[in-house]
Amino acid sequence: MSQPTGVIHDIGYQRYTGVRLGRRHLVGTLYLHGLRAAFGLGRSAKAKIFPWMIVGVVGAIAAVLTAFRAQTGEPVMSYAEFPQTLTILIIFFCAIVAPELASRDLHSGVLPLYFARPLRRGDYALARLAALVSATFLLLAGPLTVMFAGAAFGAPRIGAVWDEFVDYLAALGYVAVHAVVFSVLALLVAALLRRRAVAAGAIVGAFLLTTPLYGVLMVLPYERATQLAGLASPVTLVGGIGDWAFESGGDVGIGGYGPLYALVALLFVALGILLLARYRKVAAK
Amino acid sequence: MESGFSQGLSRTPEGDSGTYADGVTLIATQSLTKTYGNGVTALADLTVGIEPGIVGLVGANGAGKSTFIKIMLGLLEPTAGQVRVLDLDPTVDGHQVRSRVGYMPEHDCLPPDLSAAEFVTHMARMSGLPKTAARERASETLRHVGLYEERYRQVGGYSTGMKQRVKLAQALVHDPDLLLLDEPTNGLDPAGRDAMLGLIDRIGSEFGISVLVCSHLLGEVERICDALVAIDGGRLLRSAQLSDMTTATEVLSVEVSEGTDELAARLAAADLPVRREGRLLLVPLADDTTYDLILTAVAELDLPLHRLDQRRHRVAELFATGPTVSPPTPPGELTGAGTSGGGTQ
Repeated sequence: MSQPTGVIHDIGYQRYTGVRLGRRHLVGTLYLHGLRAAFGLGRSAKAKIFPWMIVGVVGAIAAVLTAFRAQTGEPVMSYAEFPQTLTILIIFFCAIVAPELASRDLHSGVLPLYFARPLRRGDYALARLAALVSATFLLLAGPLTVMFAGAAFGAPRIGAVWDEFVDYLAALGYVAVHAVVFSVLALLVAALLRRRAVAAGAIVGAFLLTTPLYGVLMVLPYERATQLAGLASPVTLVGGIGDWAFESGGDVGIGGYGPLYALVALLFVALGILLLARYRKVAAK
Repeated sequence: MESGFSQGLSRTPEGDSGTYADGVTLIATQSLTKTYGNGVTALADLTVGIEPGIVGLVGANGAGKSTFIKIMLGLLEPTAGQVRVLDLDPTVDGHQVRSRVGYMPEHDCLPPDLSAAEFVTHMARMSGLPKTAARERASETLRHVGLYEERYRQVGGYSTGMKQRVKLAQALVHDPDLLLLDEPTNGLDPAGRDAMLGLIDRIGSEFGISVLVCSHLLGEVERICDALVAIDGGRLLRSAQLSDMTTATEVLSVEVSEGTDELAARLAAADLPVRREGRLLLVPLADDTTYDLILTAVAELDLPLHRLDQRRHRVAELFATGPTVSPPTPPGELTGAGTSGGGTQ
């Protein structure tokens, strides 16, 4: 006669007496959660398809560029030109990931659960934004690093590696500008729309909406109009900053307006973050 | 659900008070008023003090229940008046209140593509629990609300009853001192309602967590609550401790398929003050001998006994007869709620 095994003992409800972590932990957890969600980690296989498709394309381009350079010894494009060439892919990436971070929470109604917890509303918006910025940055910084590694191993002397490294660091800065400006706009649009598909379309639209304005300004026969045309669209705005700050020696199409471009970009970002304060209202609903 | 509502009836009010923090007023408001920008007054001059325990907040749709909850969570600012929750002011220490309160909203709030285990774990972490503790408490809480192996499946495939349980679990996972439940039985079938009410009753009595249950069905919350607060149009209709009102007047309802009149006569002959209500006979419950007297009477008359159960007086009656602050209980859902009340077992 053996004793019955595998008996489940109901020990009843246990009060939680352990530690409760503070604001930093909450924001950090939400940030990491968002960063993982951006690449579909911890989500279904379906959620992984689109972000990894873009990661794949960007990675493939970087691999081709690296291989080409290893063969010929001459770079096809500078590091700083890399993000500018991939603009459309960055827009697509933001259009996929931003709704995943913002619209999804709106649509599923999970926001009131967040805001019924100690998490502050502004912290929620900033953690989401930081996750999108980081994801976009990683999307570009990863392949750039591959390109740099390839170039460094193929460099003829140690001094050349240092030059490469400086260029690479500058390009990382440029990538960061891309990530911040694009993410703010994308998240702002996504935070206004509950449906993910609609939000994705609207984000692409928001990036392209003012592009014709840029085109018109470019063909005007005034030099100043041409130089300021880049301010018309977020894509060309970032491009202008690149021309001014990150592409030394390239053709400078914006004249002496570099600081203006930087200022406008800064205002744009500040305004975007302010508008994310709309989460104050959402929570009250 | 193993802990049905019969358990709720049998427990004595004295037994409960010890599990709650003594002497602390759970929720207190003073002339609380909330007027929205579009001129709608959701709460008007609401003054109420709520003691720890299971408290029912009843009112028709649009009576201001959800607004009241949001003010208590510090998500809405009151237009005028004061509110204190767990002895804290939510307008000042909102996040402190929110770390000690669990909230289950009325609407759908679950992402369909996550499993219940993942979701509740994430919510626990968003309440400040460390990773391991969050995971442990999530599965423990899901077990307490009655979700076992299904917790690893995606929430999108759950029934309404299971979703309600997950919603309850996420409110409970960080071990709050107060649970705010907004219409927890919404969309549930009668069996699901009983199970949910039984669960809430357990949380209040066994877990020692105070609960505020919002409902537009008076007959439903009266079964499990220690106290009731009724509001209408943002005004307080009545607030009362149920134990004061009903423990003295518990009744047994008897239903027999035939011979109701004979039984009534027989019981009256046995000195029991019988009252008829439709097909039911209501007998005030004095002590256990009341059961014996009824059963003996039924057996002697050889009648087919349909049911015999214990119930409190309908609180609706108390609200109707009690002193009211403003117009009496409005018609419609508030009073028509009796259909789901009483014994269904």
